[in-house]
Amino acid sequence: MIDATDVEVSIGSRKILHGINFTARSGEVTAIVGPNGSGKTTFMKSLSGDIKAKGSVRINGRDLRDLKPWQLAGVRAVLPQATSLSFPFTVREIVRLGVNGGRSGANAKVEDRLPEKALAKVDLEGFAGRYYQELSGGEQQRVQLARVLCQVWEPVLDGEPRWLFLDEPVSSLDIKHQLVIMKIAQEFAASGGGVVAILHDLNLTSMFADHVTVISRGTVAAAGKPAAVFTDELIEEVFECRLKVGVLPAGDVPFVLPQSAC
Amino acid sequence: MTVLEWVRLGTGPTDRLEGDRSGRAQTVIVVLSIVLVLVALFSLTAGASDASAWDVMTGWIAQDGTADAALTARDRIIIYDIRLPRVVLGMLIGAALAVSGAVMQGLFRNPLADPGLVGVSSGASLGAITVIVLGTSVLAPLMSIFGLYALPLAAFLGGLGTTLLLYRVATRRGQTSVATMLLAGIALGAMAGAFSGILVYLADDRQLRDLTFWGLGSLAGATWTKIASAGPIILLALFASPFMARSLNALALGEATAHHLGIPVQRFKNVAIVVVAAATGASVAVSGGIGFVGIVVPHLLRLLIGPDHRYLLPASALLGACLLLLADAVSRTIVAPAELPIGIVTAAVGAPFFLWILLRRRGILDL
Repeated sequence: MIDATDVEVSIGSRKILHGINFTARSGEVTAIVGPNGSGKTTFMKSLSGDIKAKGSVRINGRDLRDLKPWQLAGVRAVLPQATSLSFPFTVREIVRLGVNGGRSGANAKVEDRLPEKALAKVDLEGFAGRYYQELSGGEQQRVQLARVLCQVWEPVLDGEPRWLFLDEPVSSLDIKHQLVIMKIAQEFAASGGGVVAILHDLNLTSMFADHVTVISRGTVAAAGKPAAVFTDELIEEVFECRLKVGVLPAGDVPFVLPQSAC
Repeated sequence: MTVLEWVRLGTGPTDRLEGDRSGRAQTVIVVLSIVLVLVALFSLTAGASDASAWDVMTGWIAQDGTADAALTARDRIIIYDIRLPRVVLGMLIGAALAVSGAVMQGLFRNPLADPGLVGVSSGASLGAITVIVLGTSVLAPLMSIFGLYALPLAAFLGGLGTTLLLYRVATRRGQTSVATMLLAGIALGAMAGAFSGILVYLADDRQLRDLTFWGLGSLAGATWTKIASAGPIILLALFASPFMARSLNALALGEATAHHLGIPVQRFKNVAIVVVAAATGASVAVSGGIGFVGIVVPHLLRLLIGPDHRYLLPASALLGACLLLLADAVSRTIVAPAELPIGIVTAAVGAPFFLWILLRRRGILDL
């Protein structure tokens, strides 16, 4: 369980977050949505302990401030939006950093081959020997996800759920891999772990999130099940865009929804 | 498999998994250790005098006086008091320069960060020059407290100050700008140079002579005393470096990600900066400015074994020691019986190498 109360963050004299209350349960995918600049990433940074925020954040009942970086690394893994490298690491070496950084929970024999397993999971089998810098943006993002998965390989360790924080995990992926990645998140939650993901695609959110929190101008605009949260009024108010939920396009304009994949 | 194939393929015969270069890296480390021993033995035997290191060693092992017959007192002095300290100092300095280069590049997440290039060595020089010039007057009380260690300590403080300033200027929110770092390095180097110039202006004749010999960058004056003063600091930095490997690897992904991987980033950066300044300062204090070792060695090794610092740091220490001993051998023999300062040799080889790196990376340097 992640429990954040009254989280406030200011950068310089500008207040980014104005007292956010947020909960995420293990066993669920919790999505955070909201327009650009609403404070989603800043909020995730205060959840992962990157920035010091006013208010309190508790992970599995423990206050974030009481956890050392290495203890935190055994409880949660974080996928950033993009990661650039200045040295020529191979894909396997990058994924291996996840194994060394956290506590995979797998036994030594499995752990040895964990990078290969994680790469297969994100549909990058056979990429282990390639140089990270030579991959496309979408491939790099999936390599990073494989690294993040290695860090908390077992969704539950010592009876405690572990957490994936994903900041726009599908932003540079094609539709096939968007579904692959979201299914990994779903599976991680189904096995007892917790997932908090910042998403932009409201369709994917409706499809995969058990719970959604809408952040707008640094405050929570709505929270609950996607079906309850996504209303015409909320979307117009938050995204400043007149959209109708569940309305098919008129005429013969083609449309493709991820929901049709299942 | 031929050596060339091995280098090109990127995997060694002991590697089982694709993309895993650890077996290969271990092989390289073993090979480098053997090469270092050979180069050191070669350096002990090479020199203007025909003193035989072999005779000295057999005499040392035999201990019973029989082998000593072949061994003149002159040979003994040449080996024990001239060549051996020079070899030991060369290894220490070479390892220190290469490791401080590798650590600094990891810290700044940039393969062009080298203590010599970005003003850290200039700062260390300023510290050393301060002690040489003011040590007999203004700083005399301090000199009597620190004695032997005053020079390396001052150089360490000078290097530390510059590294801290550089980091402050070039890094914002965990991101280091290459251009800012190199430009700030120029400014810091010029500033340290200006203050050093003022001190040189104040120096008397004897101090000027000391400064000139020191500043050329040379292992020629190697003595056991110098080793005793700089050695402990360098060894401390070298032994600290393996413990930094995991953090430097994580840092390659950025400061935020390093934190996600469990690294106490701020504390680690402080330690790394102190280690870089200590290794650079101690080397500059005893051997003056020897450039480019810190940039050439880690770069070559990254091409060969990859950037994993668990292997890169020890391999850098070994290769740095080897290369400096070889450079020293060249500097002693190329204009024999005179001697070329070793800084000239490393710059003559290292500067074109640096240009080559720039040429290769031009597209991705965002300058």
